[in-house]
Amino acid sequence: MYERNIGEVVLEVKNISLSFGAMRVLNNISFNVRQGEIRSIIGPNGAGKSSMLNVLNGFYHPQEGTITYRGETRSQMKVHKAAEQGIARTFQNIALFKGMSTLDNIMTGRNLKIKANILQQAIYWGKAQREEIEHRKKVEGIIDFLEIQAIRKTPVGRLPYGMQKRVELGRALAAEPEILLLDEPMAGMNVEEKEDMSRFVLDINDEFGTTIILIEHDMGVVMDLSDRVIVLDYGLQLADGSPDEVRSNQKVIDAYLGVAH
Amino acid sequence: MIYREAGEFKTSYQKDQAILSIRQDNWFMWAIMAIAFLVIPVISSEYWLGTIMLPFLILSLAALGLNVLTGYAGQLSLGTGGFMATGAFAAYKIAIAFPELHIVVVMLMSGLIAAGVGILFGIPSLRIKGFYLAVATLASQFFLIWMFNKFGWFTNYSSSGVISAPPMTVFGDNFVTGPYATPVAKYLFTLSLVVFFALMTKNLVRSNIGREWMAVRDMDIAAEIIGIKMLPTKLKAFAYSSFLCGIAGALWAFVHTGSVEPLAFDVNRSFQILFMIIIGGLGSIMGAFLGAAFIVLLPIFLSNAPAMFGFNISVDLISHIEFMVFGALIIFFLIVEPHGLARLWQILKEKLRLWPFPY
Repeated sequence: MYERNIGEVVLEVKNISLSFGAMRVLNNISFNVRQGEIRSIIGPNGAGKSSMLNVLNGFYHPQEGTITYRGETRSQMKVHKAAEQGIARTFQNIALFKGMSTLDNIMTGRNLKIKANILQQAIYWGKAQREEIEHRKKVEGIIDFLEIQAIRKTPVGRLPYGMQKRVELGRALAAEPEILLLDEPMAGMNVEEKEDMSRFVLDINDEFGTTIILIEHDMGVVMDLSDRVIVLDYGLQLADGSPDEVRSNQKVIDAYLGVAH
Repeated sequence: MIYREAGEFKTSYQKDQAILSIRQDNWFMWAIMAIAFLVIPVISSEYWLGTIMLPFLILSLAALGLNVLTGYAGQLSLGTGGFMATGAFAAYKIAIAFPELHIVVVMLMSGLIAAGVGILFGIPSLRIKGFYLAVATLASQFFLIWMFNKFGWFTNYSSSGVISAPPMTVFGDNFVTGPYATPVAKYLFTLSLVVFFALMTKNLVRSNIGREWMAVRDMDIAAEIIGIKMLPTKLKAFAYSSFLCGIAGALWAFVHTGSVEPLAFDVNRSFQILFMIIIGGLGSIMGAFLGAAFIVLLPIFLSNAPAMFGFNISVDLISHIEFMVFGALIIFFLIVEPHGLARLWQILKEKLRLWPFPY
């Protein structure tokens, strides 16, 4: 095991409750995330894992509870504010821009960093062109990192599923996020692809020091990668702790394996 | 053999990001430019320049504008005619109020006014999508045309509601509007503007703003989550699109017909331009030109074709056959390639890369 470099608490979620109409999706969830750690959220289908991520990047607005991020406590995040403050994510169902090439998809991930105005972009001279080249260099770095050089100019709609997942990760990385939310990055992959993806997740965490919040169903992957794990079931928080603690927690075992009645 | 990129190495990102990164494409484009600027004005008759090339170019510009909005930013619009009319009337009011202004300035200002109107009618796009947005923009079409007909101020209280464009020059005695304008001058003036704006549009769509537009088109939720703000992005698309449509309208009224009348910009015009970009190819600069060529040039070719091949058919029969063949061709092309003529062109180029050894 290599040395983990885990710092202060960067994100604190307190007593979050979210409901749609009469349906309670998240019920009094509290946890924190430390700088540089890999934090996993696990639970059966419909446990509220994706909803939790949606709350974190401002897509859902919880009715109760607070989120503290970068020393600011608020009852909800705003979508573009979350993006501006360095929270990026990938989706369970791939949400790439299908008509655009891999390169353009990842370049779009850097949209917040481009400062040239519409007139400069129309003339494509001076600042606009300099920025395009400068960001292209950064994007090429990501392309090299994810080993997708060969599909640089391919429209993403034509790529196989595993590759699309990788491009989506690249788009999220392009924003140089502080916190990366990964919603089932390994769903539907074979063992080899899972190994690749696990390697990328660890490398992102290690090389860029990015804090990662991971949702994943593959228990082997979760237990190997995570520093701490939260278990949700029907919107309730069953357990929170290191992989070993969670594994031996009776409530978690009951939720996953069932209880004799 | 002829068209291939093998052996062309790009050693900088700048070269890789060029509009036409393959040498043969570059030559082809320069050849087209040379033909458009040097050969066509010399060999074409006045009839060809005035009644065929001029409307083709102006409608290409309008199609380019709509393609930014619908093809790139994914916002379906049926208000093109209204925005063109806005440009035409704005140009008229500006040219009458400030006769000393240069025609290019008048054109740009009328474009900006149309852009403002476009932003106003683009606001609903934040909440409405797809076909519903098309219907909402249809409202702008009817409202604008009604407004220009209803209020005499727009036509300077002319009794017929039709007003003629004042004569204007580019430099010296080179009139491009009014009775002294020659078809060649009109053609070259329009061509220059269209080429300029086509280049601007290409630059925009390969820059950040273009990627933001396409992101909104392809997956608006993901676009929002990576930090793209919906309203400004959509409104920029509406503004730029209406800007181009406004200039196209001003050109149509000033340079082509010489008179400003709302009837030229009715809902049929909006549909015509929408068909151009659908047939030409959504989300393609080339598509706007191919689509305009298809819609403008093909009917003229069809009505002259029987005479060319020596058939003697009565005029009204020809016009009926023209409609039938035209309709059949539209259906044919949409079945062969739903992504438009620009996509066919792309496929042709891909095949040409392998030709004549396709293995």
